[in-house]
Amino acid sequence: MKSKKSKVSAFNKWGYIFLIPFIVVYSVFQLIPLLNTIYNSFFENYRAGLTQIGPNFVGLKNFGDLFAKPKIWKYFGNTMIMWVMGFVPQILVSLLLGAWFSDNRLRLKAAGFFKTVIYLPNLIMASAFSMLFFTLFSGGGPINSILMDLGILSQPYQFMSNTGSARGLIALINFLMWFGNTTILLMAGMMGIDTSLYEAAEVDGANSRQKFFRVTLPLLKPILIYVMITSLIGGLQMFDVPQIFTNGTGDPANTTMTLIMYLNKHLFSRNLGAGGALSVFLFVLTGILSIIVFKLSDFKLEDD
Amino acid sequence: MAQNIHIDYNVKGENKNSIHRRRAVAYVVLSLLTFLCLFWFYVLIINATRSSSAIQGGFSPLPGGYLLKNWSTLVHGSLPIWNGLANSLIISICSAALCTYFSAMTAYAIHVYRFAGRKFIATFILAVMMIPTQVTALGFLELLRVIHLDKDSMLPLIIPAIAAPATFFYMKQYLDSALPLEIVEAARIDGSGELRTYNTIVMPIVKPAIAVQAIFTFVSSWNNYFTPALILKADNKKTLPILIAQLRSADYLKFDMGQVYVMIAFSILPVVVIYLILSKYIVGGIAAGSVKG
Repeated sequence: MKSKKSKVSAFNKWGYIFLIPFIVVYSVFQLIPLLNTIYNSFFENYRAGLTQIGPNFVGLKNFGDLFAKPKIWKYFGNTMIMWVMGFVPQILVSLLLGAWFSDNRLRLKAAGFFKTVIYLPNLIMASAFSMLFFTLFSGGGPINSILMDLGILSQPYQFMSNTGSARGLIALINFLMWFGNTTILLMAGMMGIDTSLYEAAEVDGANSRQKFFRVTLPLLKPILIYVMITSLIGGLQMFDVPQIFTNGTGDPANTTMTLIMYLNKHLFSRNLGAGGALSVFLFVLTGILSIIVFKLSDFKLEDD
Repeated sequence: MAQNIHIDYNVKGENKNSIHRRRAVAYVVLSLLTFLCLFWFYVLIINATRSSSAIQGGFSPLPGGYLLKNWSTLVHGSLPIWNGLANSLIISICSAALCTYFSAMTAYAIHVYRFAGRKFIATFILAVMMIPTQVTALGFLELLRVIHLDKDSMLPLIIPAIAAPATFFYMKQYLDSALPLEIVEAARIDGSGELRTYNTIVMPIVKPAIAVQAIFTFVSSWNNYFTPALILKADNKKTLPILIAQLRSADYLKFDMGQVYVMIAFSILPVVVIYLILSKYIVGGIAAGSVKG
């Protein structure tokens, strides 16, 4: 009996061995960089022209500077506005499509085709997608040409030079890239709802609208929160689309400049103090959001 | 009694009508969304077949005969697209292979073995799943400077794929449902070593999960722009997203428009082809990989 037990625990050391690749790679390429980023946020360390300033320990000065500048709040605002502009239609459309796809009585034909199509944009390279949109919506591009042929416009509309349209197009790309993914997640959640609840609601005379608002939505709440928080985490990382779309300028007048685009500028100019402080700020933000997702997940480890 | 039957009939009839109406609305909305998803790619394909001057002259719904001409302009132009393709392929394929093999291994360690710290590690991996790579990019680049991998090396874009918390999570869920511990015990009785059991018995069992995650890792690595753009500076080391960004550089107008469209089409084509062949598995894999609410 005793020998059997020691034999099993001899096997169990293999658990550590199999974990080595993950732990080593995670520590080297994620954990050490994270600690290094936090460390750098306490130092003044940048180049002014040809002179290297620092590294000098400055305590929390980088954070003070970061939050004192109106820039950071503007970029934070830009990021959130463009996220909301994409997310609101995304969640509404996804709820609608999810309800339709999971409705047995609706029996939509070609549901597989539609799912394939709406998920497709998610896999398209964001930089190629943005470049395509930039070309299509440029002053002499096909969209202006079509709108003028249809008589909707008399002269080309400068989509890139107006805050509303520039943000709107960035949000549209984000919407197109993500609504298919959200639809499939919500649909999976809706399929998991006990059908007897719908039958009971029908017996009580509920119509499909009432069933959706009184049965589906309340039961879907955890998944909706999950989708919202993960989308918000993704929204805070918004970079490829506005970066390519505006060539990194955040035009017009920095109204499409996101937090990560700002971080990217610091990374290129190697302003380690300011970049570090901004990274830590983003880390704390996403960390708080991650904890919410973590609490929502029902990850259970079976015990021995 | 008679009244009851009458009411029943009425409810049924109304439901049938309302289902027809809702179905019609659903098809209209779905068709509009299909248009919204595909229209841009339609214009992309059309314009890739037209000459630069024709494109600037206005839109035409019909393709032109300039595809090969545009293609040859692109191939003989200033963008090193074959290098870009090769670099993108090397990084994406290696990332997908390493990520799936080692994520399954990590999940296997947590699934099969009982050791001190097991629960802590599993919880830790799940907790850090959502942390974006951007927030550690600064320290990542500083680390690469120290180990001299910060200039044009592909390794820092491939090796980190070994530690992929989201893929681990998917693999763990898959193992929970597909790998009973009895199989591992039976292999031990037959005298199979632990690593051999993993490679020859567990790998074939998790093949479907590996396939799904390999596709997702390949695609996200293929599309990745942020980190590669910070590391790959030499023209012949750049990946396709960086070359695309170059098209959008300050001298955008000097590019031949046909070439711009062909380049965009060229860089998204491989993923679209993979997707159209495997869409059933990909769409099925999305919901399974997410955290259950």
